[in-house]
Amino acid sequence: MSVLTVAYALLFYAATAILVLGLASKISQYARTPSPLKIPTTPAPLTKTGAGMRVLREVVFFESLFKSNKWIWLLSALFHASLVLVLMRHLRYFTEPVPLWVLLVQPFGAYGGFAMVIGLLGLWYRRLGIQRIRFISAPSDHLMILLLVGIGSSGLMMRFLSRTDIIEVKAFCLGLLYFEWHPLPSDPSLLVHLGLVALLMIVFPFSKLLHVPGIFFSPTRTQPDDARERRHLAPWAAPLDNQRDA
Amino acid sequence: MAKAKIEVPQIKTKREMPSLQPGAMAHSKPYVAAPDHQKPLGFPGELVDNWEEKAVEKLRELLGKYRSLQVFLDSCVHCGACTDKCHYFLGTKDPLNMPVARQDLLRQVYRKHFTPAGKAFGGIVNAKPMSKEVLDDWYKYYHQCSQCRRCSVFCPYGIDTAEISMAAREIMDHIGMGQKYCNEIIAKVYKIGNNLGLPGPALKATLEDFEEDLLDETGIEVKLPLDVEGAEILLIAPSADFFAEPHIDSLFGYAKVFHQAGISWTLSTYASEAGNFGMFIGSYENMHKISNRIRKAAIDLGVKRIVFGECGHAWRVAYAFLNTLAGPWDFLDPKYPVPQSIIEFTHDLIRRGALNLDKTANDHMTLTYHDSCNVARATRMGDMPGGQLILPREVIKAVCNKFVDMDADTIGEKTFCCGGGGGILTDELLELRVKGALPRMEALDAVVKQEGVTHMAAICAICKSQFSKVLPYYGHDMEMIQGVHQLVSNAIQLGTKE
Repeated sequence: MSVLTVAYALLFYAATAILVLGLASKISQYARTPSPLKIPTTPAPLTKTGAGMRVLREVVFFESLFKSNKWIWLLSALFHASLVLVLMRHLRYFTEPVPLWVLLVQPFGAYGGFAMVIGLLGLWYRRLGIQRIRFISAPSDHLMILLLVGIGSSGLMMRFLSRTDIIEVKAFCLGLLYFEWHPLPSDPSLLVHLGLVALLMIVFPFSKLLHVPGIFFSPTRTQPDDARERRHLAPWAAPLDNQRDA
Repeated sequence: MAKAKIEVPQIKTKREMPSLQPGAMAHSKPYVAAPDHQKPLGFPGELVDNWEEKAVEKLRELLGKYRSLQVFLDSCVHCGACTDKCHYFLGTKDPLNMPVARQDLLRQVYRKHFTPAGKAFGGIVNAKPMSKEVLDDWYKYYHQCSQCRRCSVFCPYGIDTAEISMAAREIMDHIGMGQKYCNEIIAKVYKIGNNLGLPGPALKATLEDFEEDLLDETGIEVKLPLDVEGAEILLIAPSADFFAEPHIDSLFGYAKVFHQAGISWTLSTYASEAGNFGMFIGSYENMHKISNRIRKAAIDLGVKRIVFGECGHAWRVAYAFLNTLAGPWDFLDPKYPVPQSIIEFTHDLIRRGALNLDKTANDHMTLTYHDSCNVARATRMGDMPGGQLILPREVIKAVCNKFVDMDADTIGEKTFCCGGGGGILTDELLELRVKGALPRMEALDAVVKQEGVTHMAAICAICKSQFSKVLPYYGHDMEMIQGVHQLVSNAIQLGTKE
């Protein structure tokens, strides 16, 4: 077993642990923190089911972003939808036999990679070219786009320019899952691709990528509008009621 | 009073995206609260020792108490969706008035003190420790937010800058850097019962004068009852309704509606204020204390229902928070929601044909309607989503023949704040208020020119005061702003139904 294989195997175990534990800790923090007041942005659905549907529309269609700005909506929808497609396509490296639906996604997934990079470059162009968005951009915002563009373009490179031995790659991936390590091919684009993916997994729970769990805990979207019908009281606020005169 | 020298923004027919002018409003800040304003609210009188540490500690406490704050500080991706949505940004061009930039003033400190990324790579993620410079920026720019929630409508994660502004103000209050306007007013509520500091006997005399005015005007004894035990309804009105124009005319409207409907009602000296400034400063404890004056008044007077007068932020605390802060309301009549808005109350009477209204009484006006920000985006009226946008218009249309809406992007859930909400309706912030009114003034100007609109109605005491003040800067008469119940008051035919 080469040093390279061992290094990448350990890197992915570490990255997965950081991603899973980091996200679990943030999600549990969000879930534990109370919302003392009813603050849905209205007009809002009156029921929990309705509020759930509202969150779903935000996650799937980016409803509020659509209201705000059609260009940002288009570019980020392009990026996110392509990313989903690409991720689905990548399931073939982790499953044996490969499910039929993953096989069906296969041809679209390959071009999804292009759409993803185009979406990212469009968003970056806005970040650099529009004065307002340039003003609010931190170095980390640019670096995050570069990281994702790096992942996308190194992946496209392997698919369309310098092909790598995907049978070996798959053996390596399955080996990680079943703790039976297989050697990793040493093509530069593969190593760059996997290295950047590991980096993304590591920074995920410490970065703005927390918008992914965040949207499911955003009180302005998740709360139903039922303030008069149901008394909503946070545990920390309840004792204040003992201080009142009546 | 002479108009202060303020460079009034020009009205353009098509809204232009301003190019940034960094520091354009860096001189704008409200007066700092004196110890006398701070202490009754439980805050230190002046900037405490170790205030940097104390501020970070308070932030830590709030992060554990408010999911909104924790999630909002983590989730922003700097996409830019909110950057052109704030009326203060559109009116002042100061980039720190873009909602995301305003949030980042707090977020930079959160990152530095609470996130591994900010601790390890501060420069890359724009993290900054708490410092005098940061505190100055907070004090200036968190008092250039009217907590109107317009940005939250457009944010893909629902991030509400109002929540961030409230947290920042709460932190500043706790290190002794409070804002005079809000805190002085809250202290008056504790001492006297209302924001204006109008004591019981003065309120009684005022209401008696009003009853005489109403008798002279209508020839009918319309009552404005105060502290009447056993009345059916406790009316909680903004105290501006007792002394300011055009607010008083809406108070007359409420009284006439109660009179014609034949329902007994009363005001309370103890709870003679609808507005709850505890919300503006993000203080749950103060908001709780102020709200429970209403609970006590309702119990002491033995009323069966609570109705709120025309007031936007008051209606947010009333509709969305009152059950939490001062409930449960199991001692009131369960047939009615608690509380009700006067708009819901009158709307219901109109629907049931209980009021005799002559629309022609308002024929000298062509009306438009300004959705007050907190009514539109933080509350509801009636039993369906969006009722808060529909009911007021239905009441207006029931008493006026000529009604026109403004541009759809400036009303409803997308309405622009008047420019004076959220605890900044104070003279030292007049430049901000005039400039912040720009987007509303543009939309108003368009319907004035194209549709012949002569007047604009609103259901918020702050909107009414703010527009009375800023309309003249844009070349309009201050009396252009009307209360919805002022229109009802004109149209109602007393002596024909009761």
